[in-house]
Amino acid sequence: MVFFSYVISGISLGSVYAIIALGYTMVYGIAKMLNFAHGDVIMVGGYISFCAISYLSLPPLVAVLLAMAVCTVLGVVIEGLAYRPLRQAGSLAVLITAIGVSYFLQNAAQLIWGVTPKIYTSVASFPLPEGLSSLGLTSEALVTIVSCIVIMLALTAFVNRTKMGKAMRACSEDKGAAQLMGINVNQAISMTFAIGSALAAIAGVLLCSSYTTLFPTTGSMPGIKAFTAAVFGGIGSIPGAFVGGLLLGIIESMAKAYISTDLANAIVFAVLIVVLLVKPTGLLGRYVPEKV
Amino acid sequence: MNRLKKTTVVDFATYIGVTIAFLLVLGCQKGGLLTNAMNSWLVPICCFIVMSVSLNLVVGISGELSLGHCGFMCVGAFTGIIAGMSLSDVIPVDSVRLLLAILVGAFFAAITGVLVGVPVLRLRGDYLAIVTLAFGQIIKDLINCLLVGYDSKGLHIIFNIGKKTVNDLHLEAGGVAIIKGAQGAVGIRKLASFPAGYLLVMVSLIVVLNLVRSRAGRAIMAIRDNRIAAESVGLSVTKYKLMAFVTSAALAGAAGALYGLNYGSLVSSRFDFNTSILVLVYVVLGGLGNIWGSIIATIVLYVLPEALRQFDAYRMLVYAIVLILVMLATNNEHLKEMLGRILPGRKEADSDG
Repeated sequence: MVFFSYVISGISLGSVYAIIALGYTMVYGIAKMLNFAHGDVIMVGGYISFCAISYLSLPPLVAVLLAMAVCTVLGVVIEGLAYRPLRQAGSLAVLITAIGVSYFLQNAAQLIWGVTPKIYTSVASFPLPEGLSSLGLTSEALVTIVSCIVIMLALTAFVNRTKMGKAMRACSEDKGAAQLMGINVNQAISMTFAIGSALAAIAGVLLCSSYTTLFPTTGSMPGIKAFTAAVFGGIGSIPGAFVGGLLLGIIESMAKAYISTDLANAIVFAVLIVVLLVKPTGLLGRYVPEKV
Repeated sequence: MNRLKKTTVVDFATYIGVTIAFLLVLGCQKGGLLTNAMNSWLVPICCFIVMSVSLNLVVGISGELSLGHCGFMCVGAFTGIIAGMSLSDVIPVDSVRLLLAILVGAFFAAITGVLVGVPVLRLRGDYLAIVTLAFGQIIKDLINCLLVGYDSKGLHIIFNIGKKTVNDLHLEAGGVAIIKGAQGAVGIRKLASFPAGYLLVMVSLIVVLNLVRSRAGRAIMAIRDNRIAAESVGLSVTKYKLMAFVTSAALAGAAGALYGLNYGSLVSSRFDFNTSILVLVYVVLGGLGNIWGSIIATIVLYVLPEALRQFDAYRMLVYAIVLILVMLATNNEHLKEMLGRILPGRKEADSDG
């Protein structure tokens, strides 16, 4: 039974990673950039929902929607102001700008909300039936897992079935050709950032509900882990982000439980390295042969 | 007299510039013009110059994005501290011990560099970046679990998984615990000094610049510019990439040892992802492959946040905005064009530096 509860907490943690990793992987797929500010959008989402619930006493669902709306706008604004002018520049220039944005968000949050951690009241706290809670399942874990599955299905449907999704896939294959076909590339990229940031807001709410503290660097470590998860599953691949996130969460939870809390992160990264050495493009990543 | 090659002139200008800067600062220090705070910046600045110059070798010259450079600094710092402290009875002269500590730090960082580099350099681009990031984290976490002490019988090292403490080292009376797990290294005797920092900067400049201008350096840059073409003329990609990577790791280790011996206590979380990123920022803003650019960027970007202390809470915010604006400005086509018109020789000078 104890083992089962570790599995559940692993899946729940992994679901959060998966949701964040989806944002990373979509942005990477379309803009070919590592958006290091993504982790901090999570933090902003957490703070917005915290304020909505604690100061404005809005119902949790409204708070989540508000956080999503703010983060969506934030994501699009960041892309438009900081990343779009660098579309033609080298990937390192964009990377450094993303780091700058990340510093900016963290320090702005610190100015607005202070350094002291806020105690987050869970938005997903409700009594579970006796049978479920005796398995070690918490209401937060249940909500996290369910939302991850829903998001995953909705996103797959969106990318594969809608016109916008098709445009986004086309841009990630070949931006020049997509533009020639009459696709508005900038719009597709903005859309990707909007979706990624809205997902980050959800991830922020779920993360804070499970861990109950909130501070300006809350998003950094989950951000890095989710990025690892995205690479683990094959960056650019949506199912890959899902699988990578879940596996990473389970490995982390198991390592914490059975080996050492201090070494949990090291073990997660070691597994990543082994996977990449065996399969250099991640679990579900596509191998793109090099053209001469 | 033959006219010197332009690259040689740039290299010598770099050496001379660093030396003049050192003498000026030393003069100010002796003349009492520096505040205590400024004095405390000197050694870290030297360490970070070595860090950014060595990272430039990997990112700029060899063209591989490394996000875990501080992992090597971490290895160098802690092995250097162990060497510097445990040898205090054998070698009483501080400067000799510091030199030895730096060599030990460089040696172990180089070994780590080989261990990391051999598997990692098979990967390309962003995958390589994430694996170096992962290695940086792993090294930091492993050192966090280390317990080290010494007594008359020599070094005692335990790898702590679970709840071991310093008492499990079973040190004799008079033994000293050097590294106490998550508390890090404590009670370090400060050996580092500004002249030592200057010498280390000079050594690393000589190593890096000579490597870059040598046959091996040209091979490394050829592989960066076109891997397939370089391979087809018979260059061993792995060998040269590894050469750049390990040299850079060794220099980072040396910088780490100096850095570690500059403080009374040190925790491994000082060398986390953010510090690696900080060094990367120095390198990119200084210009990829441009060694003197790295030096200037390091000094400016190290001093800037410190000098902005009067803005207190806003300083990191200002720093972030400056960072973004500089990146936007340096990559702006219109600005580049304007600069090209004002300074016609600029383009060539850049590619040489």
